[in-house]
Amino acid sequence: MSRSDWEVVIGLEVHAQLNTASKIFSGASTAFGAEPNAQASAVDIALPGVLPVLNKGAVERAIRFGLAIGAHVAPKSVFARKNYFYPDLPKGYQISQFELPVVQGGAITIRVGEGDKAYEKRVQLTRAHLEEDAGKSLHEDFHGMSGIDLNRAGTPLLEIVSEPDMSSSAEAVAYARNLHALVRWIDICDGNMQEGSFRCDANVSVRRPGGPLGTRREIKNLNSFRFLQQAIDYEIQWQIETLEDGGRIQQATVLFDPDSGETRMMRSKEDAHDYRYFPDPDLLPLVIDEAWIKRVRDEMPELPEAMKTRFVTEFGLSTYDATTLTASKEMATFYQATVNAAGATLAKPCANWVMGDLAARLNKAEIELDASPVSASQLAGLVARIGDNTISNNIARKVFEALWNGECATADEVIEKQGLKQVTDSGAIEAIIDEVLAANQKSVEEFRSGKEKAFNALVGQVMKASRGKANPTQVNDLLKRKLAG
Amino acid sequence: MSLDQDQIKHIARLARIELSPGETGPTLDKLNGVFALIEQMQAVDTTGVEPMSHPQDVSQRLRQDAVSETDRHEAFQRIAPQTEAGLYLVPRVIE
Repeated sequence: MSRSDWEVVIGLEVHAQLNTASKIFSGASTAFGAEPNAQASAVDIALPGVLPVLNKGAVERAIRFGLAIGAHVAPKSVFARKNYFYPDLPKGYQISQFELPVVQGGAITIRVGEGDKAYEKRVQLTRAHLEEDAGKSLHEDFHGMSGIDLNRAGTPLLEIVSEPDMSSSAEAVAYARNLHALVRWIDICDGNMQEGSFRCDANVSVRRPGGPLGTRREIKNLNSFRFLQQAIDYEIQWQIETLEDGGRIQQATVLFDPDSGETRMMRSKEDAHDYRYFPDPDLLPLVIDEAWIKRVRDEMPELPEAMKTRFVTEFGLSTYDATTLTASKEMATFYQATVNAAGATLAKPCANWVMGDLAARLNKAEIELDASPVSASQLAGLVARIGDNTISNNIARKVFEALWNGECATADEVIEKQGLKQVTDSGAIEAIIDEVLAANQKSVEEFRSGKEKAFNALVGQVMKASRGKANPTQVNDLLKRKLAG
Repeated sequence: MSLDQDQIKHIARLARIELSPGETGPTLDKLNGVFALIEQMQAVDTTGVEPMSHPQDVSQRLRQDAVSETDRHEAFQRIAPQTEAGLYLVPRVIE
């Protein structure tokens, strides 16, 4: 059997927890990690007689998302009850949106693969709707009972539903990563996957190319990109093997077990929930007028796609560099601040330093960019001194280390204190060259007898004698002239 | 449209309502009565009328995003049948 005989169809549902201070329908806090039920108000635990009141902050975040993906923000949307029984859902229904969601349509562009095989793809979104999260059930043994913590009940979620536009686990992961970066970029979700702020469900089916759609199975609650990839790959393989062995796929909800790397059935269609949605009589239609949308649009930050294009046209960066620098808001903000301080003519060396030495050093020290010991203005100061030939790239690394260790406040201070200023006075460089030539007659003879390598050894000696401060280009030129003469 | 016995049992199970064999018949009659009412209403010509999701033609009032609730779980849990370490305890549920 072969994967190429089959076409894979994947759609994703992402639950993004909105980073509001209070819950979607009550004034209880949404902070993570509180004592059990300390943040479950009368509304959240569904005491009789309480009424939900919609959080303006949650709606505003949904509008922001809709604008970011070029979707239609519905002037009128409706909340509905999704009915099912589970102890962590005390009302017996979840307030969600069904027929008229707040965000309709939209699309995002994903980049898949690397190098020559990299390609772009447009993924259409079906909708994004507001809903409340459920509580948590703890199944550890409480004398044969389950413990219920309703702190999470009522936390605002934006459920983002894609069209079944993806055809591999790589595309699904690229889409999820792009969405993850976007919700953080527009500051509607903290994106913390360990705490469950960003959770993915994947609908997977396979079919013969051009044939009718296969039956799909839904993999629930994937909370890391690695699990998303593993779960989809396993599921695709399992479906193809089942079909090629003459079996049939039954519509089902499955769970991924990270330990075994397998998916297993949670519930089949027969006992699938019948949610009996209907408009929630406790909530009136949500009306969003043009003025509100305009206000939100005016306050939107520059979006990653627009910024990427600008980096290419305004700063002359390659698409690859521009893509890397706009992969996260932290990176883009840091880079933009560096260029602002160093000047646009140094945009390219700024990019090299942010993506190169700085990124490597942060990675090694396991520090996030927003906690970088070297600030954007410090890095800009460093790049500026390379730009005006005060220091070479090699010396700049020394200066960078000094800034990283907090030895000085600015690159200029490091250069001054450690006497690292590049020597560009040709008289001074010639004097060093003369000394080196006198002390290295053997290399000189080797070079004159045709050994090119001896030249590099001499350059090395001159640089060493100048403690790395001689301008390398000048050293090369002057040395060539001396040896020829 | 009218319902049959199996549908009544299905709806009852979804709603977690226990119906004894003697109750299914009368419940079926009552629900079918409701359907008859709905059928009457569906006979009304509503061409060009936008469906409403609420009987009142007003829009949702919004709250500012601010925390206004304090921790009242001890008071709330006084009426719970069983609690432990701040958690509500319920018969074990594992899917």
